[in-house]
Amino acid sequence: MSDERTLQIQQISAHPGPIPGRGTQRAVEVCKYIDVTTCIGCKACEVACVEWNDHPFRETTFDNTYQTMPTTEWNYYNLIKFAEHERDGNFMWLMRKDQCMHCADPGCLRACPADGAIVQYENGIVDFQQENCIGCGYCISGCPFDIPKFNPATKKVFKCTLCSDRVGEGLEPACIKACPTGCLHFGTKDDMLALANTRAQQLVQISGFKNAGVYDPQSIGGTHVIYVLHDATQPETYGGLPSNPQIPPSYTVWKWLAKPAGLAMAFLGIFAVIFHRITAGPKWPQPEPEPVLTERPDEADAKRKEKP
Amino acid sequence: MSTSVERFDEDARREASRHGRTVVHRGELLRHPVYTRVLHWSVAILFVLSLLSGFGIYSAWLFRWLTPLFGGGPVTRFLHPWFGLAFDILFFFQFLNWFVPMTWTKADSRWTRRVKEYASNKEKLEPEDVGFFNGGQKLYFWAIVISGLLFLVTGLLMWFDDAVPRWLVAVSYVVHDIAALVMLAGFIIHVYEGTAAQPGTFQSMTDGTVSEEWAWTHHPAWYRDVTGRDPREDFEHARRRQGARARALESWELEQDARERAGEIGPAEPPER
Repeated sequence: MSDERTLQIQQISAHPGPIPGRGTQRAVEVCKYIDVTTCIGCKACEVACVEWNDHPFRETTFDNTYQTMPTTEWNYYNLIKFAEHERDGNFMWLMRKDQCMHCADPGCLRACPADGAIVQYENGIVDFQQENCIGCGYCISGCPFDIPKFNPATKKVFKCTLCSDRVGEGLEPACIKACPTGCLHFGTKDDMLALANTRAQQLVQISGFKNAGVYDPQSIGGTHVIYVLHDATQPETYGGLPSNPQIPPSYTVWKWLAKPAGLAMAFLGIFAVIFHRITAGPKWPQPEPEPVLTERPDEADAKRKEKP
Repeated sequence: MSTSVERFDEDARREASRHGRTVVHRGELLRHPVYTRVLHWSVAILFVLSLLSGFGIYSAWLFRWLTPLFGGGPVTRFLHPWFGLAFDILFFFQFLNWFVPMTWTKADSRWTRRVKEYASNKEKLEPEDVGFFNGGQKLYFWAIVISGLLFLVTGLLMWFDDAVPRWLVAVSYVVHDIAALVMLAGFIIHVYEGTAAQPGTFQSMTDGTVSEEWAWTHHPAWYRDVTGRDPREDFEHARRRQGARARALESWELEQDARERAGEIGPAEPPER
């Protein structure tokens, strides 16, 4: 769901061979920086997301919190997670905007078996191309953040695009534009990291949050959505943000080892039986007719070639 | 359990034999009745469909080659579980049909120990204790039984992936693939042994019959069971007959040459086979 004219592709899911056009243009890595400490939970970003992506109104689920629904959905990419937390005997309301993290090493893209269904642009955005999606749901199990969601009606998977259609035209994502407190920022990864680190320093030195820090998990090569948290040592308290997100190790075994090894095995197997037939020969029902030539026929053939 | 299974199996065989036909010619033995052949080819077709649709999803290198066979990626993904399920159901009937003759015996353990001699074709005749199925065939059968179960369990986990924990689905992909590779290796060997490697074997799954020579060569103990004769003695007998026939034909040809030179007209027919 993107404009490929203005976005250079870096990685394509299940794509054999080189990536067309890769590295032809200078592209900076983009980044969304979310300052959790200044979010007021107004949900303007949720509304902006639904509006920009032209999604219909969706029924909400009330579970005694302000949270719109339990998790993001296939037509609800952006969800603020509300968590009630106790810190030094005081109540704290944690609000974290949850959406695709646009990992540098995306588990969804690695798991995907359909050529071109998931692409990663050189600016770091990971985007689903629904016209190539086969609806197997492998990306859902490959994602450490539980983000891709299946649409049972169309049998395609959807998630946040980081508004790749807007970013490709030089605009910021819709959620950024809607945020009234300025807790959402958008820019290059370097700029956003610098800004986030400054803010984290501020929280530590001025506001008394000794464990404040930036969430940019290196276990998946960093993300293109980063958070500043009051307590970066406990990201799980922010509605289940994993402290050490990992692509399941079985994917590495499966994709990089089992698949090529299996194909090689199949290929060699076919070769092996064909050459077995030629060298070891068939097993005739016995007694088979006696051979005609006393001399070995292959040697006779070779001799005939020598003396034309 | 066993009696109802046996009754079902008997009924199915009888029903199949009413629709199909097996002709056992002189010098031939019945190897596979109609019911077995129908099951074999149903399982075979669905296996190949599952294999092709599965391998399209299995490997990025094959995705663009194999998915068009089924009408594109989404259709391939839709069909594959149904092919697989049909394969498993049909193979279940084959399991009921075959698990008794596929029981592992001491003779099969001996067979697997001398698999090198078998593969290199050093011995023209199989050992006398090889029955209806040899050790290799039984290994393949039980590999399919185990793989079929793994396919079913992991396949259902992947099919209904929203109802089970994520890690279980991730493990299922790998297990499903390993089962598929075991099946593929067995399948390549199976097709080769059933066609090019052993002349006369393919006929057992098409017409249902094999020649007596084939039977005493590849499955001597089975030959002894169905004919009541000794496979080695019958082989020796056939070998002597063949030698005598060759010599008779040779001497007839010499006589014929001599007659032609003398301008005589002798018996035009060669000696009886």
